[in-house]
Amino acid sequence: MPKLNMVQAINLALKEEMSRDSRVVVLGEDVGKDGGVFRITESLYDEFGPERLIDTPLSESGIIGTAIGMAVYGLRPVAEIQFMGFIYSAFDQIFSHAARIRYRSRGRYTCPIVIRTPYGAGVKALELHSESTEAFFCHMPGIKVVVPSTPYHAKGLLISSIRDPDPVIFLEATRLYRLIKEDVPEGEYTIPLGKARIVQEGNDITIISWGSMLHRTLQAVEGYDAEVIDLMTLNPFDEETMLNSVKKTGRVVIVHEAPKTCGFGAELSATIAEEAILYLKSPIIRVTGYDVVIPLPKLEDYYLPSVVRIRKALEEVMKY
Amino acid sequence: MAEKTIESFQVKRIDILDEKGDVDESLMPSLSDSDIRKIYELLLLARTFDQRSLNLQREGRLGTYPSILGQEASQIGSAFALKKSDWVFPSYRELGVYITLGYPLHMIFQYWGLDEKGLKTPDDLNIFPLCIPVGTQVPHAAGAAMAAKYKKDKIAVITYFGDGGTSTGDFHEGLNMAGVFKLPVVFICQNNHWAISLPREKQSASKTLAQKAYAYGIEGIQVDGNDVFAVYKATGYALNKAKAGEGPTFIECVTYRISDHTTADDASRYRSKEELEMWKAKDPILRLRLFMEKKGLWTMEYQKDVEDKALSMVDEAVKIAESIEHPHPEEMFNYIYEKLTPRQTKELKDF
Repeated sequence: MPKLNMVQAINLALKEEMSRDSRVVVLGEDVGKDGGVFRITESLYDEFGPERLIDTPLSESGIIGTAIGMAVYGLRPVAEIQFMGFIYSAFDQIFSHAARIRYRSRGRYTCPIVIRTPYGAGVKALELHSESTEAFFCHMPGIKVVVPSTPYHAKGLLISSIRDPDPVIFLEATRLYRLIKEDVPEGEYTIPLGKARIVQEGNDITIISWGSMLHRTLQAVEGYDAEVIDLMTLNPFDEETMLNSVKKTGRVVIVHEAPKTCGFGAELSATIAEEAILYLKSPIIRVTGYDVVIPLPKLEDYYLPSVVRIRKALEEVMKY
Repeated sequence: MAEKTIESFQVKRIDILDEKGDVDESLMPSLSDSDIRKIYELLLLARTFDQRSLNLQREGRLGTYPSILGQEASQIGSAFALKKSDWVFPSYRELGVYITLGYPLHMIFQYWGLDEKGLKTPDDLNIFPLCIPVGTQVPHAAGAAMAAKYKKDKIAVITYFGDGGTSTGDFHEGLNMAGVFKLPVVFICQNNHWAISLPREKQSASKTLAQKAYAYGIEGIQVDGNDVFAVYKATGYALNKAKAGEGPTFIECVTYRISDHTTADDASRYRSKEELEMWKAKDPILRLRLFMEKKGLWTMEYQKDVEDKALSMVDEAVKIAESIEHPHPEEMFNYIYEKLTPRQTKELKDF
């Protein structure tokens, strides 16, 4: 079985889905001949040609709007937004259209698009190249939000996202693109959307994370009897897995790199408070980015949740 | 060193039917007498429907409603050139297009009566749910056209917007896509001179809106939007061109919004009576009637028949729309995703 990094795993998923289903097309900036700025679509242009690897003008709202039109017509477009920090000009298309086409047309039209975009800090990038604004999209009924944390899961989740009948925002942590290699099987396998995974079982603390922060979380829990949950799909998220774990451990730490206020951790925390407060032995602690604009890389190590900060939270909840 | 003109363009304007009902025979599109009658009947039906909607809104039986009064020829003339297999991406002020394509009238009342179910396009039509955020439907048309081209379907895509829409970013992004990929799209811009209170000349410093197309490598044509023959001819030309793989066309239909922006607006606050009266004299239906009268296609008796038929169709549609059962709260949850989420399933227990 080949050992692939996340870039290669995503590339493989696209290649296999495009071979399987002629309705799958990829569009975005520099995705064709250039193979994408992160080389995600490398060599696909040679295999599938300009009709299916569509180099678009520099036009984020146009890319998503065009993808919506294609999807409504019956294709399965995978649109790439080059960095999450540039997705905002397509907000209207995502929120006002992609999210509600099924609803407004009472099922006559659907919008099975995938919007792939790199997110997150930690790669010494320029301004607006390190955004982690997943919570915006979790606040849009009709949209699904998926964040893989390993190459294996990236492939399986992307295949599921492409086959999903509803619009999916697929967030790829730039920090993870080439950080890890692992066994990624060739051929199709899917990982269901809406399901979390328990990365390691434990009894004292439930610690929930996703994407690149999962790896810091795993480093931080060494020495603790902690249950680590990789949420994988943020919207709709797997309440059941999370609550079962919380009921068992009674202690919760949530780790994400987005700013704390209205970050997705707030939703998780509120859900636990509503559904499982009587099982809690300690306050829920969120370890997150600060309520600041994501700084340029000279300060990004101070901004991102560190292993030290996560360990401090673990120590804190264990006091109870 | 040299200085020279490296690009120039010309904007064609088409006028066929004038206010007195006379036509330029050399430009007249091929339409049978029965087609012309059909067009006239659609114009009257649209106006009857529109007037009824305004009345129903005042009686509290419809929600806020955007009248098409004055724009009937732009909408019916263009839609009359469409085939059912063509795809349509309308704005919210497109009643005439819906009526021409045979959208069930009661569903249009149902929608403006504030029930989304009226937007469920029947299976034999390809009309995308009308678009509320101005201009954002333009890239959808480019996308559908790109998909049609990819699938080698011999259809065209048409999208409708107004003079205000041409100022939006998505107008630019959609036209740019269509130009770059030479897509089978027809852009119908109904320049009705007013975007709520903003007059056309403050919307854009361009002399015409049609000329905007040339910046995207697209042909732009201006037509008298109150001249149903000119609109039909230009749209037919553009649809054929699209289906022949020769790319998109932009058609500016110069018309006028006789009514307020919607029933929630009062246009007397910002525009003059003189301007309104001038445009009322250019009425698209009256001039077609005068033409038909000269051709022997119109009599008082025919007029009465057409009016009666339109009234009874509208009456019937209102009756059906108002007899539709009030939607169940459960319907809020249907069609957000293909399947309910676990959280939605819990929320549904409130009902």
